[in-house]
Amino acid sequence: MITPTHYMVLSAALFMIGVVGVMVRRNIIIIFMSIELILNAVNINLIAFSAQLHDVIGQVFAIFVIAVAAAEAAVGLGIILAFYRNKETVNIDEMNLMRW
Amino acid sequence: MGQAIAFYTLAAFILGFAVMVVSTRNTVHSVLFLVMNFLFVAALYVLLGAQFVAVIQVLVYAGGIVVLYLFVVMLVNLKRPPEAHQDAHRHGAFGFWLSAAVLIELVVIGIYGYARPAAPVAAVAAVPAGGNTEQVGWLLYTSYLIPFEIASMLLLVAMIGAIVLAKREL
Amino acid sequence: MIDTVVIPLLKIVIVLNATLVAVTYMVLLERKVIAWAQSRLGPMRVGPYGILQPVADAVKLMIKEDITPVRADKWVFTIAPIISMVPALIVYAVIPFGPKITLFGRQVSLYITDINVGLLYVVSVASVGVYGIILAGWSSNSKYPLLASLRASAQLISYEVAVTLTLVSVILMAGTLSMVGIVNAQYNQHVWYMFAQPLAFVFVLIGGLAETNRAPFDLPEAEQELTGGFHTEYSGMRFALFFLAEYANMIVVSSVVTTLFIGGWLPPFPNTPVLHFLYYVPSWIWFFVESFVFLYMFIWLRATLPRYRYDQLMRLGWKVLIPLAIANLVATGIVKVLVS
Repeated sequence: MITPTHYMVLSAALFMIGVVGVMVRRNIIIIFMSIELILNAVNINLIAFSAQLHDVIGQVFAIFVIAVAAAEAAVGLGIILAFYRNKETVNIDEMNLMRW
Repeated sequence: MGQAIAFYTLAAFILGFAVMVVSTRNTVHSVLFLVMNFLFVAALYVLLGAQFVAVIQVLVYAGGIVVLYLFVVMLVNLKRPPEAHQDAHRHGAFGFWLSAAVLIELVVIGIYGYARPAAPVAAVAAVPAGGNTEQVGWLLYTSYLIPFEIASMLLLVAMIGAIVLAKREL
Repeated sequence: MIDTVVIPLLKIVIVLNATLVAVTYMVLLERKVIAWAQSRLGPMRVGPYGILQPVADAVKLMIKEDITPVRADKWVFTIAPIISMVPALIVYAVIPFGPKITLFGRQVSLYITDINVGLLYVVSVASVGVYGIILAGWSSNSKYPLLASLRASAQLISYEVAVTLTLVSVILMAGTLSMVGIVNAQYNQHVWYMFAQPLAFVFVLIGGLAETNRAPFDLPEAEQELTGGFHTEYSGMRFALFFLAEYANMIVVSSVVTTLFIGGWLPPFPNTPVLHFLYYVPSWIWFFVESFVFLYMFIWLRATLPRYRYDQLMRLGWKVLIPLAIANLVATGIVKVLVS
């Protein structure tokens, strides 16, 4: 029997893989993709509980999460492109324009 | 029984592809593994009976957002040879052990928190019995109309913002 | 067991084989029709009137040398044609060729499955099909394919938006997302949606032309401009896969347009007692004839119209089709509220 606990463990594992990606990698595009993994983990959790409680509200929330992720991806990638045009790098260690 | 097999297979693929996303050196391969991850997550949603969200996941996430990522990766990789964009994993061991600790903590909280009896959940609106899409649409357009409109405003603002940010000259 | 596993498997095998044969013969049909439009005869040597030409083509492509460019990304180069072909074939799972009929004493439905988000599934699979083109151009590691693939994928993504917005007005009229449900709605409303939503019909046709990179929107693969487009560096069986994927996409678009706008397996003016004699023709024959008309129209347009320039193409997609599709949607909504 697959209980929501199974889905919670899967969601937590996916979340942690995303967090590891954000912490460890230096390429900013990979960091953004790890953030998408985190958002997907949250979605899996929402929909698993929506299926268990027989209430569609979880799926509505998941759709809003997907819409917000789309908006955030578009703006974030626009920022990366604008930065790349100026500094020619996607390594976050070199994105230190505000350092003294 | 069949559901258990399906769940474990899908979960294995999802986690496997996620690990590949985070650990591949080549950025384009990383993006492709992300697409596969999203497709398997959509299959998981179908397993949970949320067909509308599954198709939206494929349409928006795998077919829209990741295409955007692929375009940016290609534009960024154009001028330099591929070797210059592969970064060594710094703080790899530290990150792994920290995340393992937090993962165990999350799982323990989840299992013990779930074991307590849940408080009764009040239904928000009377949703007509119908297919999955009708129910989602009903909620979106009656109880959650204002968040829906705000989400569309957010997407409009993001669209304009992305265009302005990525232009060569304003 | 038989109803849940064996019969769908049988249907899948039949549909896949029929599709692949149809795709190879589409190549011959196109060459013949374009030849006749240009007052010449087309392939005539292989077999009577050139009927066996696809066999010769298949043999030639299979024995050709498989070249991979030196610094191309080997894995991505190999799977790009596969990614192009698979979405074109998966869509057949939801296309209804006919209603439930009795075959050998058993109720068999003439569609592989009917999911309740069928139309959205078709659109989402089409949006995944963009990857084949992007990856083909990128992994070839050469200028012309990269430029062509960027152009082709931008064109595909733009027209996807226009087509999806137009399809929403069809969904509004039918009240359901499932493909069989839309055909049944046309049956219940006594009208083909081609007559009830003429603008949507025209927009979906134009968008379908642009989505499959067919003339007059075929700049990304025009030899005169881009040396063969995103499949320049491909040869042999992989090139054949791209080629077949394009024709399979064309057949898919014709099938989807037939289902949505021409009632799929319904005869003209469905559900009117006067025309009941039309029901003696089997339903799937109506479907194939109507699909064939659209396929012929695709080829006819290629033989007749000149090519759009790339900026004209993008202007058409964003500045003309999308506002008109939204206006159509608003008008449909208003009419539906006023009538009911």
